[in-house]
Amino acid sequence: MSTTPTMAFPPTGRDAPKTPHFVDDAPFDPGASEPTVNEDERYLRASALTLIWWKFRRHRLAVISALVLAALYASLPFVELIAPYGLTKRHGDFLYAPPQTVHIIHEGRLHRPFVYPYSFTFNEETFTRDYKVDTSRPQPIRFFCSGEPYRFWGLFDARFHLVCPPKHGEMFLLGTDRLGRDMLSRIIYGARISLTVGLVGIAVSFALGLFFGGLAGYLGGWVDNVIQRLIEILRSLPELPLWLALSAALPANWSPLLVFFGITIILGLLDWPGLARAVRSKLLALREEDYVKAAELMGASRSRIIGRHLIPNFMSHLIASATLSIPSMILGETALSFLGLGLRPPITSWGVLLNEAQNLAAVNLYPWLLAPIIPVVIVVLAFNFMGDGLRDAADPYH
Amino acid sequence: MISFVLRRLVTMAVTLLLISALVFIIIKLPPGDFLTNQIAELRAQGGEAAAAKAAFLIKQYGLDRPVWEQYLAWLGVWPGPNGFSGLLQGNWGWSFEYDRPVNEVVGDALWLTLAINIAVVIFVHIVSIPIAIYSAARQYSWGDYLATLLGYLGLAIPNFLLALVLLYYMNRWFGISIGGLYDPKYATAPWNWDKFKSLLQHMIVPTLVIGLSGTAAMIRRMRANLLDELGKQYYVTAKAKGLPPTRALLKYPFRMALNPFVADIGHILPGLVSGSILVSLVMSLPTVGPILLAALRSQDQFLAAFILMFVAVLTVVGMLVSDLLLAWLDPRIRMGAR
Repeated sequence: MSTTPTMAFPPTGRDAPKTPHFVDDAPFDPGASEPTVNEDERYLRASALTLIWWKFRRHRLAVISALVLAALYASLPFVELIAPYGLTKRHGDFLYAPPQTVHIIHEGRLHRPFVYPYSFTFNEETFTRDYKVDTSRPQPIRFFCSGEPYRFWGLFDARFHLVCPPKHGEMFLLGTDRLGRDMLSRIIYGARISLTVGLVGIAVSFALGLFFGGLAGYLGGWVDNVIQRLIEILRSLPELPLWLALSAALPANWSPLLVFFGITIILGLLDWPGLARAVRSKLLALREEDYVKAAELMGASRSRIIGRHLIPNFMSHLIASATLSIPSMILGETALSFLGLGLRPPITSWGVLLNEAQNLAAVNLYPWLLAPIIPVVIVVLAFNFMGDGLRDAADPYH
Repeated sequence: MISFVLRRLVTMAVTLLLISALVFIIIKLPPGDFLTNQIAELRAQGGEAAAAKAAFLIKQYGLDRPVWEQYLAWLGVWPGPNGFSGLLQGNWGWSFEYDRPVNEVVGDALWLTLAINIAVVIFVHIVSIPIAIYSAARQYSWGDYLATLLGYLGLAIPNFLLALVLLYYMNRWFGISIGGLYDPKYATAPWNWDKFKSLLQHMIVPTLVIGLSGTAAMIRRMRANLLDELGKQYYVTAKAKGLPPTRALLKYPFRMALNPFVADIGHILPGLVSGSILVSLVMSLPTVGPILLAALRSQDQFLAAFILMFVAVLTVVGMLVSDLLLAWLDPRIRMGAR
């Protein structure tokens, strides 16, 4: 046998050319034979991820939303620093205190940011507390200061806060609740639970959806049929009554933390059909693609085809649709906790906070108890915008 | 067409059967139940009479049987303690908490739930069709942006809170009385015109609140569908040949976009029913919502199971109706089903 590759398959037959078959030793470079414009080449050579990023970047609202969400999630480990007060700190002299405004002008002169102190007198006629603002004494808000002590990450004691109430006064920028607890601090602490509920729930739903959808799309046949029917049934059921029933089924003696996981699993349990359906239809569609056939012909194993070719291709779609279903989980948790069947104090989520605003008296007399609704709306909108952007960008070749 | 309807009916029956099993399992999930608690209480009081009553209650509701037997007896396909008497025979069970049959407890609430949901479906369609057409025809106009903004808000604001806030302001600005579905003075009165008028007046806010998220979703989808159609050549041709814009729009693309619209009834229905339950709880409407919550809290199993079953039937039948409408509208579907 010849050792040179050019002689490996000598042409035979009458019409074969006389010269030996020539193969160039130099590596194949498509750009050299067919020169492309610089810009085109950058586009053609870009990986799918880069293309998705380029497309996503053009969706300005989605980028802003992503930044907002990133900032919110990044702040979760540091809520103790950000909140001016602790989660359960009560102020007996400030029950149902209205929100204070931050001023910067005192008697016509510029002043560093301050609040005016207030105190209440009990109105004997209406049985309400009338808060009177004392505009003669501005109390400057302190920044990067030492305030109420807390135990950071359960590791060490600290007193450092980004913002603290004035030296000899209080600061309730969003008012207080029936026990005189600062609403702003409670909302900041509540973000921890409310924002993780969506993530844990979507993780459960993602796993279930990937499993069932993958099973249906990959095995086909009667398994596919059974799973399809199951999906149809679950999708035709109204979610809320089932959530109610399932969360009523959580044992009353569970600790609040267990209840938290119970609720997130319940939220995920009813959410997976949408994802499973997406996985299944994507699997079925991708199975017919040319590159899958090519991989098969080259002798790639099934697990390699699934792992290297199929999953990366529909993962972007899945992540986009998962992002779009996080808001419904956050809203679901809020609704359940609002009704008193979801999370229970001392675990504090935005829904638990809203639970106090359940009656009309709250809307009428203490409208600031509804404040937790603002972050809910912002987060839900942000997830929706980001999800829309991701969905548009998920398929960069179209 | 007849074979299509028959096939759909059979599918629906099977679906409902599976749902009933699911509902029963969920209801049986919590450890203990209303009767076990009650029996434990009776036992604690001691005495021969109490023990005898406990034994009687257990036998009466077949709680000593295995769960699958209880389920089949509840359905009415297995002889229970009182022979064949279950959902299929029209016996909806016994509410332990109220100590009355379930059908007496739910009573009017069923009809009011149905009425509210139908009102919401009609509202969603009446409102979203014109807005969607306008939005699509005048894409990127101020009105379009406004509709999109409203759509996103409808998506993001939880409807129970909207209910709370609207309830308050409606009363403050327009003097519409708060909560309930009719004036308290009609609570026990027989149905007459005044009561009906009061009912209609009270339905405004709930319908608005429940319908908002559905309307938002509907406008978004309808707008997208219509925009797809507006880009097609037949519409461009129709306009180029001088058809008046309104007529060109309504005659062809609108009818094409209507199809997914009808199919959407099925998609938005579960959400609407969920919404109606939640909003009923906040506004204390006499629908099945508040009864369900109370029943779930006290583990009043037959009452809770019946209501869960009822809302499931409501959505499944609604989906059937939307499917049949779609088949009637679109020959491709009924031919494909053959």
